[in-house]
Amino acid sequence: MSVDLTPSIARRGLADRILRRAPLEAIATTIIAAGVVMLMQPLSLTLYSWSFATTLFGTVMFTIVSKVRE
Amino acid sequence: MNELSASSRITYRAVMVRPGLARRIRGLSDRMLAWLFITPTIVLLLAINIFPLLWTIYLSFTNYRANRANVPTIWLGADWYQSILTDPDIWAAMQVTAHFVIWTVVIETVLGFGLAYLIDKKFRGHGMWTTIILLPMMLSPAVVGNFWTFLYQPQIGLFNYVVAFFTGRAASSFQMLGDVTLSPWAIVIVDAWMWTPYVMLICLAGLRSIPDYIYEAAEVDRASKWRQFWSITLPMALPFIMLAVLFRGIENFKMFDMVNLLTGGGPGSTTEVASITLKRAAFESWRTGYSSAFAIILFVTVFGLANIYVKALNKVKSR
Repeated sequence: MSVDLTPSIARRGLADRILRRAPLEAIATTIIAAGVVMLMQPLSLTLYSWSFATTLFGTVMFTIVSKVRE
Repeated sequence: MNELSASSRITYRAVMVRPGLARRIRGLSDRMLAWLFITPTIVLLLAINIFPLLWTIYLSFTNYRANRANVPTIWLGADWYQSILTDPDIWAAMQVTAHFVIWTVVIETVLGFGLAYLIDKKFRGHGMWTTIILLPMMLSPAVVGNFWTFLYQPQIGLFNYVVAFFTGRAASSFQMLGDVTLSPWAIVIVDAWMWTPYVMLICLAGLRSIPDYIYEAAEVDRASKWRQFWSITLPMALPFIMLAVLFRGIENFKMFDMVNLLTGGGPGSTTEVASITLKRAAFESWRTGYSSAFAIILFVTVFGLANIYVKALNKVKSR
């Protein structure tokens, strides 16, 4: 009977690696920043029209993901 | 007992009551005591912060007008939001705000960091210079707005004479507050004058937090001053600079008092930042529902930026 002595390394799935606070906060921060830029840019009225929705989405996302584990 | 005088009876009753109350308070748990102390604050916060916010959100979906409070309100859904977010005039006000925010933040950051770098060298009399540099920050925006209005006067204002001295132009040939090209810059100059010291203070805290031994190690490695600046000073002070940028960005996005005193949004609408547009809609046109929707849009933007600010603050704290 052979005994496996190699230490068992817990394999982390893709969801485990992505669903952490730091990357999700970074994504939310980027969305908020994009929303603010869209609000104040002088190039496109369409971008301006979507700015509030983008900022709101980023803010709600930030509030939710700041409760996710580290 | 019956023979006791009235005053003795009161004293007796007080003596009888006090231990009971004390025992009851002493019997409260720490948690209950904590709630007892913070309840007034929470009630006050709900009354003056949370309730007006929720009420404003409600009003932003209605046709309510504060000057016609008796007229029945009609639920409009997201009509005001749609109207604001497709209005070219509001979009223009946002661009005026962007011009103001970007230029003030850039100028204040560059000058503030430069001043902090100089003050950090601890030359003779640096304490006195720090106090002098900090003076504008301590003034009220109302005072600053008023005396810069005098400084910008084309006939008697000092600013025009200083510009005339350096450029050779006649002092009365231009108006900082009355010219459509110059007025956006006039408000930028005043804000930069007032708030550069604040950015300097934050940057100075960042520079003072860099340990000396890192520079000593760099000296041992014969790193030039230029290399030390780019490889040590700037990267280590960067979280503090970011903090200053975010803080000033948020503050200037909401800027109202100083611009209102200096130009009132004019000439035309060249300095009409978002807050001035909001004030005009709310208290000149009395479109309360519309201005509530606009206020919520600005609030969400500031709230989003504040989240980033708190994140940056935590990063600085963890250093």
